[in-house]
Amino acid sequence: MDRFRMIFQYFQSNSESVMNGICGLLALASVKMYTCFDFSCPCLPQYNMVYGLGIMFIPPIILFLCGLILNRQSLVMLDEWRRPQGHRKKDLAVVRYMCSSIMQRAMVAPVVWIIVTLLDGKCLICAFSGSMDPEKFAGFANVTPAQVEQLLAKVPCKDDELMRNNTSRKAVSRYLRCWSQALGWSILLILIVAAFLARWLRPCFNQATLLQARHWSNYIDIEQKIFEETCCEHSRLFAHKCILHFFESMRQEIKLHNFNLPGEGERDEGEEDLLRGITDQDQVNKLLKTWYYDKPPLDVNQATQR
Amino acid sequence: MDKFRMIFQFFQSNQESFMNGICGIMALASTQMYSAFDFNCPCLPHYNMAYGLGILLVPPFILFLLGFVLNNNISMLAEEWRRPQGQRGKDPAVLRYMFCSMAQRAMIAPAVWVSVTLLDGKCITCAFCTSVPVETLGNASHPLLSQGEIERVLARIPCKEIYNGQELIANEVAVRYLRCISQALGWCFVLLMTTLAFLVRSLRPCFSQAAFLKSRYWSHYIDIERKLFDETCAEHARSFAKVCIQQFFESMSTDLVAAHCHLPRKTSEDAGEASKKLLGITDQGTMNMALKSWHRCKPPLHLHPPALPSGNGWAGEGQPPVHPSTPRRETAAYYSLV
Repeated sequence: MDRFRMIFQYFQSNSESVMNGICGLLALASVKMYTCFDFSCPCLPQYNMVYGLGIMFIPPIILFLCGLILNRQSLVMLDEWRRPQGHRKKDLAVVRYMCSSIMQRAMVAPVVWIIVTLLDGKCLICAFSGSMDPEKFAGFANVTPAQVEQLLAKVPCKDDELMRNNTSRKAVSRYLRCWSQALGWSILLILIVAAFLARWLRPCFNQATLLQARHWSNYIDIEQKIFEETCCEHSRLFAHKCILHFFESMRQEIKLHNFNLPGEGERDEGEEDLLRGITDQDQVNKLLKTWYYDKPPLDVNQATQR
Repeated sequence: MDKFRMIFQFFQSNQESFMNGICGIMALASTQMYSAFDFNCPCLPHYNMAYGLGILLVPPFILFLLGFVLNNNISMLAEEWRRPQGQRGKDPAVLRYMFCSMAQRAMIAPAVWVSVTLLDGKCITCAFCTSVPVETLGNASHPLLSQGEIERVLARIPCKEIYNGQELIANEVAVRYLRCISQALGWCFVLLMTTLAFLVRSLRPCFSQAAFLKSRYWSHYIDIERKLFDETCAEHARSFAKVCIQQFFESMSTDLVAAHCHLPRKTSEDAGEASKKLLGITDQGTMNMALKSWHRCKPPLHLHPPALPSGNGWAGEGQPPVHPSTPRRETAAYYSLV
């Protein structure tokens, strides 16, 4: 009983912390991915925007889906949502609670990616350098419109031969980076204020319902884990019984066929049990062969199988 | 029993996490392999494509097969698939479940290799550098270059040191273009894989959850049963060996008594445990004989009940090791003390 309780408490406290841990790991992984990723803007007029915005938005979608996949609770929630009603009523508030907690955790890594991207600035510079107004910058004033497009598209590429020492390139770069970082910090501020308000104001609304929903969602999670463990335990015992019956039936068969009166003499009780009446090379071979060719049926009700 | 149970729970709960661990290790190994691999584009017109696509596609195939090889359950699946039906029905759903879960795990390392390769860009740059659109990106009107010449020049794009087509198309422009395409493909591939994984995982509870639970239970059962059977056989083998060896020593000692007409040694009460363990062999010569006959003529794999008269079961030299079908085999071969 005591052990059961210990295990219970372990699962209770650790389900949430495991989820939080995975969430944190994914956020770190997203930062690492960004630093490892070799951002290389194509510096071509139509491709820049697609590339820049693609790098800003596709990895967050991937990270969000990963966050949903790696979260064990999402399966539990889906199971609870789709199960037939049967004898147990379904409480949609619990499903909603689970859904919202899963979504919140899954959103952390994508948001981290977007913010890191904006604060770094390369994506926005790549995406929007072609949309700059050339009149604002001195270096692009005396150039034909077609060439302007090409030049602006090459702004993100510092090493390009045309752009290497162009001061207007640096001006455009700085301008876009400034916007990008401002956007990044603003988004971060808004999100943190929103999280703060949500956490502070939540107890003012429906606290009782929330406590109930949280309790029952925890319960469903633990129940699922214990069911799986009980099934494992059961299959182990089932297998044990099945194998014992198999050995027993082999022993019976040998007795029948050999008309052997085994002198159950003074051999050790323990050894006799372990030998289970199989004391011969042929008998062992027969046992192994029968195990492969003719596995016993999955039925441990019968005392003997033949 | 309790220890058994603890070990089992460890295995059961950890079988999945063990497999997941191997899966993760292989994914890391595949990124490590890629970074350690020294990619060397040949920079020749037809070899580029073969090399680039080969590096993109052959290692994932190897990693996929390796994923199956390293998975212990593959032999279990094969055994369950091929066994004769006998008294136990075969459920194809269980086989499908086992195969799917193994295949899913084996797919991760190849997918990681392909993503890392595409996101890095070297392979695609190498494979498709001859297909760069020179008209839009460079100077298509460069005079006096035949198609073959242009191809040869373009093929050298990945090798900056020997690239001589700067007037045709700038090296950086071409590389950036190809790398952009490669990275776009890479991200799309990762997105596709993740979406597939998400759909597979989330649609399953909506359909056939009961069948899934059943298949999972029975596939775990087959695994546990196999392990338990192996353990029971190992236990049995141990007891078999112990009794066989005991009987060997006993019959040796009995034979010696018969050959030497010694009075049967009476183990005095106070000699106790130690002399019992000596099994009747108490001098160097006898021990040497025992060791020699153990090597030259092992006893048959047949444990006779201990109440049978002495001299039985001791096969002297030259007697072939037998498979006795009748337990009362009278082997009247006496060992001579030479």
